[in-house]
Amino acid sequence: MDFFDRFAIPHPSPVIYAAMVAITLTVIAIVAGITYTKKWGYLWREWLTTVDHKRIGMMYLVSALLMLFRGGADAIMMRAQTALPENTLLDSQHYNEIFTTHGVVMIIFMAMAFIMALMNFVVPLQIGARDVAFPRLNALSFWLYFWGAMLFNISFVIGGSPDAGWTSYFPLAGNEFSQSVGTNYYMIAIQIAGLGTLITGINFIVTILKMRAPGMTLMKMPMFTWSALITNLIIAFAFPVLTVALAMGTMDRLFGTNFFTTTNGGMDMLWANLFWVWGHPEVYILILPAFGIYSEIIPTFARRNLYGYKSMVASIVLISVLSFVVWVHHFFTMGQGAMVNSIFSITTMAIAIPTGIKIFNWLFTLWKGKITITVPMLYSIGFIPIFTIGGVTGVMLGMSAADYQYHNTMFLVAHFHLVIIPGVVFAMLAGLTYWWPKMFGFMLNERIGKWAFWFISIGTCVAFFPMFISGLDGQARRMYTYSEATGFGIWNMLSFAGALMLAAGFVLIVYNIYYSTRYASRDISSDPWDARSLEWATHTPVPDYNFAITPQVDSSEAFWDSKKNGHTLYKGKYKEIHMPSNSGVPFIMSAIFFVFGFAMVFSIWILAIVALLGIFACLIHRSFEQDHGYHIPVEEIKETEETLGGAKQ
Amino acid sequence: MKTDHTQPLEYSTEQNNLNILGFWIFLGAEIMLFGTLFASYFTLVDRTGGGPSGAEIFEITPVMFETFLLLTSSFTIGLGVHAMRLLNKKATLVFFGITLLLGLAFLGFEVFEFFTYVEEGAALQTSAFTSILLTTLGTHGAHVTFGLFWGIAIMMQIKQRGLTPETANKSFIFSLYWHFLDVVWIFIFSFVYLKGMM
Repeated sequence: MDFFDRFAIPHPSPVIYAAMVAITLTVIAIVAGITYTKKWGYLWREWLTTVDHKRIGMMYLVSALLMLFRGGADAIMMRAQTALPENTLLDSQHYNEIFTTHGVVMIIFMAMAFIMALMNFVVPLQIGARDVAFPRLNALSFWLYFWGAMLFNISFVIGGSPDAGWTSYFPLAGNEFSQSVGTNYYMIAIQIAGLGTLITGINFIVTILKMRAPGMTLMKMPMFTWSALITNLIIAFAFPVLTVALAMGTMDRLFGTNFFTTTNGGMDMLWANLFWVWGHPEVYILILPAFGIYSEIIPTFARRNLYGYKSMVASIVLISVLSFVVWVHHFFTMGQGAMVNSIFSITTMAIAIPTGIKIFNWLFTLWKGKITITVPMLYSIGFIPIFTIGGVTGVMLGMSAADYQYHNTMFLVAHFHLVIIPGVVFAMLAGLTYWWPKMFGFMLNERIGKWAFWFISIGTCVAFFPMFISGLDGQARRMYTYSEATGFGIWNMLSFAGALMLAAGFVLIVYNIYYSTRYASRDISSDPWDARSLEWATHTPVPDYNFAITPQVDSSEAFWDSKKNGHTLYKGKYKEIHMPSNSGVPFIMSAIFFVFGFAMVFSIWILAIVALLGIFACLIHRSFEQDHGYHIPVEEIKETEETLGGAKQ
Repeated sequence: MKTDHTQPLEYSTEQNNLNILGFWIFLGAEIMLFGTLFASYFTLVDRTGGGPSGAEIFEITPVMFETFLLLTSSFTIGLGVHAMRLLNKKATLVFFGITLLLGLAFLGFEVFEFFTYVEEGAALQTSAFTSILLTTLGTHGAHVTFGLFWGIAIMMQIKQRGLTPETANKSFIFSLYWHFLDVVWIFIFSFVYLKGMM
């Protein structure tokens, strides 16, 4: 039985047993449901093997929403535990696991996936392309992410979750202080998902550089595409650093190497440096697409073109460069000299300049605009003040001398949630609502959406503003309980109330999706917001081939020009369209990656080797496969165009 | 698929162009990967714990052989791509074959070198220095090993299908990969071995 002991949970609790039962029942229900409705074939043909960027985007979206609720459940448990002094809802070990998985799930598996969802769906449409450059690699990216996320998520019922924080600092994350397999899960699951992200990075750089519609020069790209290009460049250059750091951490834990140990010359600070050399650019991987989304939504609902296009582009580029030279500000207190700290303080504060430029550009776009307040617009307007509060407190944290006071307190927690929530979550919800009609062919209910917005924005303020105060009073982050005498009780109780409001907001969003799916009108035009860029120039639902005729572009708002200024988007006749064929290999190969990861986590070497051979077999299969895709004949294009409401030309 | 006959075969279709650009960006990511390994190497090089230092274990003879073999293989794969552009299938295959044999010989020396290190008490677990040394060399070696299998697969396809836009594209991309490994080796040779022996 020794072999099976390793799969046991080191710190079991009734909650975890309940979760095990719930997971088992859910899986059985899903399998039974699909079998009963005879949907396996449909699922395999239309989704699991698809290489269509729109469907991959939708699958990212569903995964991101699921992960949002997983990470959100962790958050509620954390806030509930700390709501009262000396609370015993969770023990310290369980609390450690929850703040670790909350961070990882929200950053790597929720925010990243949400961004990938919108990028996948929108970018090829915005540049007038038929698909991405490498459709099959795109499917591989998604499935690697998906199986990586699954591997990470089974940790809490098999073997125990990681508990060393989402930053997993060594030596805490080393074998000596983290004996359970939890941190193995962290190292390997993120590695697998990270591989998918890197592939997406390369894929989208090539797509955006090479597949734009005729006439769309770089300086005529819509702002979301610009932000996607720069984001993917950051991905391609930052993720390899994480790959190496995670590989070293894995080797330290599994093979007894001495990279980050405290003996035999190992250097724990090397992990901190490598982690944040990736980790800080990662922050901008999250925020730049969000900036891009706001830059699409604000002009649409202010009825004005984006103010300061060139300075917007310049500031994105500048932010991406600066993002690689600020990493030390995450550990000012951890032993560098005053000189190094000062340099990184200055680079950190310098980021406020391009960010400020962007804020002013959005404000000037609104200035004298004919503003309509829709749900996407509400999020965009709500973002500006809340994000600015989060950003300005970031400048406070960036002053290295003052940071000794703020470091590792709730003040920091308040800061980064107040940039990430309005920055990323608001943007994703805004983008979701904005592009929803293009994705699914109906609009989300505005009334429920507005209620959700108010719950989420007020909830954010109520949950995180009190942390500034308790943090300045000395409450450390990641502290599972505190005594009544500290006086932190009231602030934590307020935070808990805010967290509940946020939760209510997210429930409303799900209810809105349900409600709108049932009741919303399907009779909408292909351009319901009267928008400006190319994704609105094709039909809803978008046909497989996106555009029957490749659009011609001569400004950054070609679609707007075609509506208002007599620009002709579609010239020429229908031609046969070449399409990539579906493939099951990405799904199968990623599932084998999951097996490989699982075997590595538990040091089952034979299984790991077999899985590795399976991965190579998939690669060899791909190498020898001859796949020239297929062609959609002109007749079929004509037919599709007519059923979708007339030829767009 | 449209074919542009004014271009060399490997650039002749739209998809081929995308593949080549994508691979260049992948090589950019690889530079970051090896750059991170080198940065870690320089950080940990003097942290030998109780184990040996580079000067105590490095030997110039096998390293010179490895360098000679790998640099020559970069030259022969260049000839292979040249033969491919002249549409000489047989010469292409011969030069690719020589390249892979040289790569295999390189790996033989490297494996021998690793065994020697372990015998001399410089195993993966000995110290931070030996961990990063063997990881850096091992990552390069793993790339060469992967390249061998990849190269064999491409040669088999050229043999079966001839020099088509697809096989030419694959061969050209493989040559980029192989040259890149050579560049990495030059850095390893200069900054790991030569610097370590000085």
